[in-house]
Amino acid sequence: MTTNIPVQSGTAPAGAVDGDLLVVRDLVKHFPIRKGFWSKIVGQVRAVDGVSFNVRQGETLGLVGESGCGKTTTSRMVMRAYQPTGGTIYFRDRTQGWLDIPTASANQVSGIRRNLQMIFQDPYSSLNPRMTLLDIIGEPLMVNGVAKGSELQDRVAELLRLVGLHPEYMARYPHAFSGGQRQRVGIARAIALEPQLVVCDEPVSALDVSIQAQTLNLLEDLQARLGLTYIFVAHDLSVVQHVSTRVAVMYVGRIVECAPTEDLFFSPKHPYTEALLSAVPTPDPTRRGSRIFLAGEVPDASNPPPGCHFHPRCRYAADICRTTVPPLTEIAPGHTVACHMSDQLSLTGVHA
Amino acid sequence: MKTSTDAVRVGTPSAPRDMDTPVVLDVNDLRTHFTMPGGTVRAVDGVSYRLHRGRTLGIVGESGCGKSVTAQSILGIVPRPGKVVSGSMVLTRSDGSSLELAGLDPKGKVIRSVRGNEIAYIFQEPMSALSPIHTIGHQITEVIRLHTGANRDQARERAETVMRQVGLPRPDEVLGRYPHQLSGGMRQRAVIGIALACSPSILIADEPTTALDVTTEAVILDLVRSLQDTTGMAIQFITHNLGVIAEIADEVVVMYMGRQVERASVTDLFLRPQHPYTQALLRSMPRLGKRAQARLEAIEGMVPDPFSVPAGCAFHTRCRHYVPVRCDQPEYLEVAPGHWVRCSRAGEVA
Repeated sequence: MTTNIPVQSGTAPAGAVDGDLLVVRDLVKHFPIRKGFWSKIVGQVRAVDGVSFNVRQGETLGLVGESGCGKTTTSRMVMRAYQPTGGTIYFRDRTQGWLDIPTASANQVSGIRRNLQMIFQDPYSSLNPRMTLLDIIGEPLMVNGVAKGSELQDRVAELLRLVGLHPEYMARYPHAFSGGQRQRVGIARAIALEPQLVVCDEPVSALDVSIQAQTLNLLEDLQARLGLTYIFVAHDLSVVQHVSTRVAVMYVGRIVECAPTEDLFFSPKHPYTEALLSAVPTPDPTRRGSRIFLAGEVPDASNPPPGCHFHPRCRYAADICRTTVPPLTEIAPGHTVACHMSDQLSLTGVHA
Repeated sequence: MKTSTDAVRVGTPSAPRDMDTPVVLDVNDLRTHFTMPGGTVRAVDGVSYRLHRGRTLGIVGESGCGKSVTAQSILGIVPRPGKVVSGSMVLTRSDGSSLELAGLDPKGKVIRSVRGNEIAYIFQEPMSALSPIHTIGHQITEVIRLHTGANRDQARERAETVMRQVGLPRPDEVLGRYPHQLSGGMRQRAVIGIALACSPSILIADEPTTALDVTTEAVILDLVRSLQDTTGMAIQFITHNLGVIAEIADEVVVMYMGRQVERASVTDLFLRPQHPYTQALLRSMPRLGKRAQARLEAIEGMVPDPFSVPAGCAFHTRCRHYVPVRCDQPEYLEVAPGHWVRCSRAGEVA
């Protein structure tokens, strides 16, 4: 299993550095709100509103934020499940070189799909109950003409072993397995074609505490073994801190802060990140620490406040925040933040 | 620099308290079993604890450990074919008399005067706890009128007071709305409002924040705590999230396969856990602020099938301290004042 990527056709997009696997620039997705008999468009839900980030080969990029912040929509666009309203998503395909996912031709896409896989949140609804594990895990291998017949069975057995399940389970149906085991099946299917990039959408949030740790360990083992790159979408910050190399925090369709994991958790530079970190309950009753209680609600993405989207709930908001959108600027190597006040604030992160 | 501190509040949750107030509910050796064609599931198998006035008892465990069935047993709402087969649940009523809840007819007059009135229940998913075709106002005044016999106007007035208590600033506006018109956080506030409408002496909260975002969760936990301070109600807080338990509970019960494996004050449980299951749970979770962890210490295996619970200690199949014979009949013993553990090797394992 190799990780070397020969760069062939397609030129590198602007802003790509050596070692980048995915370069997302100014990604926008608006969903129309339709009303009335003629389904007239009366508004736009700005689910993703100008998101840019890079994903490097072999790393795990954590994408966090509260429900409705656009993290899932972003990952769906990377998977080409949604067509973006604007922006580019350049992916360095193993055989085809740099390609823009939304505008790639049908032929190019079928090549990309092999190298781009997804692990879903709910292991109960993501597996077809009428297919055996052999069918479920073997399907991508068969469709892509990788293996068939006894060779296929051998491959599936190997994959099952890789994710910690007995190969004898191959003939069974998903109902015979627990949630944690099903999630392993979903992981086996995702890695069957040795993809370059795996999008994990809340892969452990439906699992019990004792099963979460097993699954996270498995994902890390597979990453080390197969040289996988992950985009890890989650809302549980302690899980994200554990798995991620770098973390991007989203709020109402925009990235507000992006930094290496330690920098982000120990010295956040955006007031929203600070509030988010302070809200996470700590499993230590002697440290019932001070909490920042945000007032109000997450704004409606069809009618977000002007300027910085966070300003109505921000305790540091100044006049400029109400009128001007803060640009995402690099304030330290690899640490970008979208806040007008970032150089004047000293915010509290988590305690070591 | 102009700050808008009115929009944001910084607060520190109160420290854990001792369980030194009067007992309002005494649950003793409760057993609730489900008899099914495939065998009997002992969903709750010998659980004992007490709820104290103005204090919070946390019940933690993984899915299927019986934590919700315990709560349902108290209110007589165990889904069929589940049945309370033995044990007692004694409620101290507001007039000082005692009431045994175990033998009550689940459709009878007595338990119906308790439900929603003396013992209130908050469910996990606020959307399914609320009727989608009635306004919030309708649903809350219904409870008030049923239990207090208040007339329409009095009930409305009480409803507005409660809505203000749970932090919904414009009550008349919220009371006229349907559940789908509210956000998740507001809906959960409304549900808490309905639960508090009759000033219950006991509040059972079953995973009340699991469906919410962390920032909303923090606000709701703070709300529950401050409401407890003003009303003095006892809270039974059910969750699988150890972080939330550490934040809100005074005393904690850990359950595994229908049994209580450990019961201790929240400080003892987190700082000096005695049962290998509790220890393993605490070790397996990723923690915020812990630097550069290589691997998580996962618990091996999975939760056993409820139809075939391992004999002896139910955790022995996954326990790294298991010793044959010795672990066959673990007793539930008090290893330190107020600290109970069901493990034959308690005290020697860490």
